[in-house]
Amino acid sequence: MAELTLPASIAGVEPVRSVRTPAHLDYQFTAGEATSRFLRGIAERRILGERCPVCEKVYVPPRGACPTDGVPTAEQVELPHEGTITSFCVVNVAFYGQAMEIPYVSALILLDRSDLPIMHLIQEVAADEVRVGMRVEAVWVPDDELAPTLESIRWFRPTGEADVAVDMPGEGEGTGLGSWPELSPGSGA
Amino acid sequence: MRDVAIIAFAQSEHRRRVDDRNEVEMLMPVVGEVLASAGMTMDDVGFTCSGSTDYLAGVAFSFVMTLDGVGPWPPIQESHVEMDGAWALYEAWVKLQLGDVDTALVYCYAKSSPGDLPMVMTRQLDPYSVAPLWPDAVSLAALQTRAAIDAGRVTVEAMAEVAARSRRDAMGNPKAQLAWDRPAADLLAEPETVAPLRRHDCPPISDGVAAVVLAAADAARGRASRPAWIRGIDHRVEPMALGLRDLTDSPSTRLAAERAGLHDGPVEVAEVHAPFTSQELILRAALGLDGDTVVNPSGGALAANPMMTAGLVRIGEVARRISDGEHRRGVAHATSGPCLQQNLVCVLEGDT
Amino acid sequence: MGRHLMGRARVAVVGVGQTQHQATRGDVSMAGLVREAAGRALDDAGMTWADIDAVVIGKAPDFFEGVMMPELYLADALGAVGKPLFRVHTAGSVGGSTALVATQLVQAGLHERVLTVAFEKQSESEAMWALSLPIPFQPPMHAGAGGYFAPHIRSYVRRAKAPDHIGILVALKDRRNALRNPYAHLHEPDITFESVQESLMLWDPIRYAETCPSSDGACAMVLGSEAVGDAAAAAGGAPAWVHGTAMRSEPTMSADRDPVLPLGQRECALDVYRQAGVTDPRRQIDCMEIYVPFSWFEPMWLENLGFAAPGEGWRLVEDGVTAMDGDLPVNMSGGVLSSNPIGASGMLRFAEAALQVRGRAGDHQVEGAGLALGHAYGGGSQFFAMWLVGAEKP
Repeated sequence: MAELTLPASIAGVEPVRSVRTPAHLDYQFTAGEATSRFLRGIAERRILGERCPVCEKVYVPPRGACPTDGVPTAEQVELPHEGTITSFCVVNVAFYGQAMEIPYVSALILLDRSDLPIMHLIQEVAADEVRVGMRVEAVWVPDDELAPTLESIRWFRPTGEADVAVDMPGEGEGTGLGSWPELSPGSGA
Repeated sequence: MRDVAIIAFAQSEHRRRVDDRNEVEMLMPVVGEVLASAGMTMDDVGFTCSGSTDYLAGVAFSFVMTLDGVGPWPPIQESHVEMDGAWALYEAWVKLQLGDVDTALVYCYAKSSPGDLPMVMTRQLDPYSVAPLWPDAVSLAALQTRAAIDAGRVTVEAMAEVAARSRRDAMGNPKAQLAWDRPAADLLAEPETVAPLRRHDCPPISDGVAAVVLAAADAARGRASRPAWIRGIDHRVEPMALGLRDLTDSPSTRLAAERAGLHDGPVEVAEVHAPFTSQELILRAALGLDGDTVVNPSGGALAANPMMTAGLVRIGEVARRISDGEHRRGVAHATSGPCLQQNLVCVLEGDT
Repeated sequence: MGRHLMGRARVAVVGVGQTQHQATRGDVSMAGLVREAAGRALDDAGMTWADIDAVVIGKAPDFFEGVMMPELYLADALGAVGKPLFRVHTAGSVGGSTALVATQLVQAGLHERVLTVAFEKQSESEAMWALSLPIPFQPPMHAGAGGYFAPHIRSYVRRAKAPDHIGILVALKDRRNALRNPYAHLHEPDITFESVQESLMLWDPIRYAETCPSSDGACAMVLGSEAVGDAAAAAGGAPAWVHGTAMRSEPTMSADRDPVLPLGQRECALDVYRQAGVTDPRRQIDCMEIYVPFSWFEPMWLENLGFAAPGEGWRLVEDGVTAMDGDLPVNMSGGVLSSNPIGASGMLRFAEAALQVRGRAGDHQVEGAGLALGHAYGGGSQFFAMWLVGAEKP
């Protein structure tokens, strides 16, 4: 880096190391048609997934498209409020905007009759008792607090039913779809 | 170079505010339409490339959910540029040169309506010395226009003619957002909004999406009766700082046009990406367009200006006119950055 | 060894440069940061800015610095005025995909010498803030990025029946490798198995010491045509030759995909190996730099990339195969676990692979490295970019 020669008038002036330039921008987000349908259901204590007309998989929350087939999901499917934990982590640190008591469990929960797990909190059970395969159910806020937000479901808690086997892509096929020996080089490109 | 053509183009209607659908829901029908028009499904697409920017969406990684909307399964060859879709098309064109894929899907989208667009665009400027002043895009274009008027390269009368012609032509474009028929003389009676710009000199703020399908050589001939061949494509950039360049000219456009071989044949039609009327005049001079060229028959960015998308729309509009047999040879131009900082030129031809 | 594919001209890496990576590079602006890396790459290539035909730049989300499309403001700092300047953004894989877009410009015969740069200056804004912009009506993120990946890691551990200490071994190895790399952000000479084990279990099964840092940094490479590579070789510049390149993407939210061992990554690797004529990656590839932001991703990716049988990736770690003195060293530079300027992290992997086969990796050189893999991934394990580079011309 070339050395700069400063004019005598500012020689010895303390260099500017940084400037603070706060920026504030407001955005009005559009939920979109599918998310609106879903959130209106949540405000009525209903969980509405949507089915892909091609592969018939049920997505919740629906995002308007099947990520496998790239077509709109328009058929609504009302889902039970119970599901199965497919995996989880135990969180031991406070994160931005979270007022949870530590430790808490954040889990992937596959709602019955749906095909992709949602991520939500597990409560009303000790963190070290949470298991993959555990059956859980939604705990809702009181009726007068119901609103079109996923936070209308406060968390999930164990139902007390027996654990079930987890059936997800990758399970039971070696260690997964993307594991190696099923294909030899040259066949997958 | 390998022959590569645009074989399909689709765009949404461009509107000031689309508030019932999100980006994914706006994009899906257009991608569906462009693939259907090429007689293809995602399984037939060799490479996918998109253009968009997080600052419009107000969300980091905003392109990720949009990709889910096109159904990228089984896994696809795919890339994304934080640029106008015209540059996504450039990347796809390069990819097709390599010969291992024969088709490409290019899409881009913008919802400008969630934020305050002029303020959002200030975040593009030098973060240490310019962005803190929050100079909006209209004011910067006004500075450029003043310089061009003072240099004798642009007149307010010529600018009004551009405005009147663009909005009149837009009446024949069902996708356009701003279309009307008023004589230029009437426009000049209107007050200046950001002098020397009047309201008619400025583009609308638009929500919109666009997509094209590219195909190489035989794949193009097999899928389209009259492919719009990309005969040359090039892009060049200038410094951002307005004091470091001649705002009354567009040397990067001129250079890109030379590299793209624009002057190797007649230019029957041109779609130039000029959000402000004075910029069309500057660009016409840089591209060396004379009175024989039909300029912006779609109405151009003055009729609809979806950010990150209006550049690809220019390419699509020229390609469509070539595929329709309306013209044989034309040029499309895309711009990015304040006051025409970065420019892309694409020369398109139909078979004779 | 490899084949010259139709339509693809040969490409050589003739210059590599990177910055000092640290939490805050308060001594340089964004322009200063990218010029530090690019200047070193040009020096390494024996070139000046004027020699460059085109510039391809990548970085992760613009909210990380608070500048929209910052390459436009950086155009003159990057020496790009009057040239093509191209900006790539493919999430965490961007450093790798940026290098690949630059490679394609040379492969297609469009340019002779392309400068590619990737950077992140997270200290200019707040990365956690940028990732946590509260979007109404989207499911709340309860636990940050680690909270997204930790359940997938738990799935791997369960499916592979891997013992708990594997993650610790990877963190220990990478941080010790970083001690050999003067550019690395984290230099922890006192690290021990116990210190990693006793670090806070942030997102069980991920401990604090098994996560990547947040860094300011940049990486740059000069890519040249075959003639440029030959000239570099004649001048003793030891170019690295590109033997294979590939990118793949898959959806975030598809019910059909396996985020633990993604199909897209497997197919991406297969494509690269096919181009390079590699049929047995475990034996033919000498070392690799792969994107491991949480330690458990090393055994996962060893399986997914074809270096271990299903469920066996962790055994390579446990047996020391992936250590500097093992027969398949992984993340010789210290990896993402030791330096993580997000947008540049992928390119640093690609650059380290090139340095290895050029014999220019300094104290972290693998003796006789002839063929090396550079790898990046991003998003929810859904965007993949890889290249194989070799000391010999393909």
